[in-house]
Amino acid sequence: MMVEKTTENKDAVSGGGTAGNGGNGDAGRTVGARRPWNAGLTPAIGKTVRWASRLLHHGGSAFPGRVVEQIDPGFLARTLGRLPLGVVLVSGTNGKTTTTRMVASMLADLGLKVFTNPTGSNFTRGVVSALLEQVTLGGGLDADIAVLELDEAYAVHFVRQVRPRYALLLNVMRDQLDRFGEIDNTARLLGHVAEATTGTVVLNREDPRIARLAGLSPDGTDVRYFGLSADLRRFFPSDDDMATTVAEEAASVAKGAAQSLGIVEDDGQMGVGQSGGAAPAQSASARHASGSALGDDLLDDDLPDDDLPADVTLIGVGDHHASFAIDGRTADTAVKLEGVYNLYNAAAALAVVRAVQLDARHWAVPMVCGGDGSIFEGRNAQFRELAVKVQYDSALSDRLRHFGYAGSDALFTAVSHVTPAFGRGETITVNGADVQLLLVKNPMGFRLSLGSFPPDGHDTMIVINDEYADGRDMSWLWDVDFTSLRPTGVAMVSGTRAWDMALRLEYDQVKVDQTGTDLESAVARFVKEHPGRPKHIYCTYTAMLRVRAELAKLTDVADAGVGR
Amino acid sequence: MGKVIDVMSLYPKDMNIYGDSGNVLVVLRRLALYGFEPRLHAYNQGDDWPEQVDLILGGGGQDTGQAKITDDLFRRADRLRDLAAGGTPMLMICGMFQLFGEYFETVGGERLDGIGVLGAYTVGQEHRMIGNLVEHSDDFGDIIGYENHSGQTFLREGTLPLGRVDHDGTGNNGEDHTEGARVGNVIGTYMHGSLLPKNPKIADHLIRTAVINRYGEFEPDQTSEQMFELARLDALAEEARKVAATRPR
Repeated sequence: MMVEKTTENKDAVSGGGTAGNGGNGDAGRTVGARRPWNAGLTPAIGKTVRWASRLLHHGGSAFPGRVVEQIDPGFLARTLGRLPLGVVLVSGTNGKTTTTRMVASMLADLGLKVFTNPTGSNFTRGVVSALLEQVTLGGGLDADIAVLELDEAYAVHFVRQVRPRYALLLNVMRDQLDRFGEIDNTARLLGHVAEATTGTVVLNREDPRIARLAGLSPDGTDVRYFGLSADLRRFFPSDDDMATTVAEEAASVAKGAAQSLGIVEDDGQMGVGQSGGAAPAQSASARHASGSALGDDLLDDDLPDDDLPADVTLIGVGDHHASFAIDGRTADTAVKLEGVYNLYNAAAALAVVRAVQLDARHWAVPMVCGGDGSIFEGRNAQFRELAVKVQYDSALSDRLRHFGYAGSDALFTAVSHVTPAFGRGETITVNGADVQLLLVKNPMGFRLSLGSFPPDGHDTMIVINDEYADGRDMSWLWDVDFTSLRPTGVAMVSGTRAWDMALRLEYDQVKVDQTGTDLESAVARFVKEHPGRPKHIYCTYTAMLRVRAELAKLTDVADAGVGR
Repeated sequence: MGKVIDVMSLYPKDMNIYGDSGNVLVVLRRLALYGFEPRLHAYNQGDDWPEQVDLILGGGGQDTGQAKITDDLFRRADRLRDLAAGGTPMLMICGMFQLFGEYFETVGGERLDGIGVLGAYTVGQEHRMIGNLVEHSDDFGDIIGYENHSGQTFLREGTLPLGRVDHDGTGNNGEDHTEGARVGNVIGTYMHGSLLPKNPKIADHLIRTAVINRYGEFEPDQTSEQMFELARLDALAEEARKVAATRPR
């Protein structure tokens, strides 16, 4: 499966452009899709393959998708093209799974029928396989809207087949550079998604590489932003501010604070902590309150623009509650999610749900259109089909009205119902203690997690694997500052690269109690110690799967569900 | 107070990708554990050049990062060449390795000059050489790391490689089984990982050379705790090396 993934991936990367930039076609219109003679049979064939492959325990979840892609390449576009509200595509380096889950969960909570791809199958073939599970034998999909998480490279591949009506682009960070090359290249991949989107592109105002994509969105489409209040930006240092141990320690020297590398003061020449040049704009200094000043070139050139109005702004976080500013009003809501990072994803989800609401309101009321049909010109052309559907489907019309006119209270209630995704701050109770699983995939994600979940009062375990899905290169561990773990130390380090991790921590002067590459026995030992004491387990992707499987032997672990 | 050693991190702002700051951390920490006082100079384009530089570390960067620092690098080229000629130890990884060579010819045939400290030149290719890598060196034993580059680098006569690789498709150019380059006390290499944490012999070689250059002899002034901590780091590195050497490319 991984080998296939690479091949498809390369194709997507090297292929570059999306198919055309034609503006206002129907969302989900197929691009050059053929409808083979056997297309009507595709659901039946696909379902049979799926059933057979399950029976034979062979091929994995993507196998039926592969068969269908071969016999009927237009299946994906044709099936998704029938959805009244089209497709919401979610992509970016960090937070895709959590955010997709939030959007799907909120839309469903507000009464829509939602199709979404299961956690982890964030590539086109995985979407096809998931569709096969849901379509009727007649090829119909009982859903109003699809919310799909796609890996950056697969998103490009996907939009060549299906143009999304909404795109939610979260961030571009250093991740698995061995796969995509460079972050500027990753940003270009997401640019193709912005170009292909027919309705609304929702962008992260605080990530300059993402905010800049606004320029790529075609005429007649909308751009909306989600953002952070100035004082929360310090939790999100730009990836260009390499908040490495050396940078942080050197900055401490410059400030006269304690540090432990033995670096001596250098008469103002302590360059790591020096931003040099003119004082950055106000919001920049706020952003850098706790970060290093490395990478301030990005600020000079591409300071996220506070003047860009954000549709939804995260303005405060507390213990299981969050505050957002929407439409000039602020509102507090209870949340089951933890960590400022997850709550920022909630702001992203709110922004895209509001964009969908706006469209639903337009078409909630069946309308008889007479005259010249001018209402369907321009951007609205894509809704012609929806308007027709609404006329003949009063249940759909009711759902759209209910959803479209749901007020912000209902939205916040929907936010408060969202639970953390599999391994994204998910809490599992073992031996009477809460064990929180924290997926770490790249330096920025690791830094954000360390910042979001203070170690005091907890036992900490770190599990680092280097399988293909984790990334083979261990260099990224050296781009994370682990010194926040010094006061508590780390109780257990495991995974195939346990010794790399232990070495990394030792250089940061973080005490490690136990290290071992046998993941299962390490997990069992870790959760057995200090009964009742809450625990954090940081793990890479494949490590997460094995940690969960091991915990499932000790307690009831919910399956990786979708929605809530 | 111990003896000061001035360490320069070259262009950390733009040339610090793939964890190469780990090399800086290792040099600073090990210097401190040997009883010296490391002084870090993070040199970015436009900064003043410090009075004293005993050891220089440079890393890889994105293409955009490389483009940003090129002008400044040429402004400082004479100084860097003088320091190299005078025996200052330097470690240049990936992008900085290429820029320390003679030139880089892009896939499109455009020729970008390097500063010519290392007798090596690089030719761009579409294919990227990526993966875990072990190379063999007489001075440092097996060197363990992770390469990730698309340029093919070729060494001039008289330029020694850092090490030799076993397989085609790996190392400097995928063809001649060389990896990296050494001229005097300057080392260029494609090895990330970061390089120095799992290859403490190279770190110690750089440190020892820097100390001898400045103070005439390498005489650590360590407490027993510091010796113990160094031994601990080396034992962890040994375990990490064993695992890394067995991992798929």
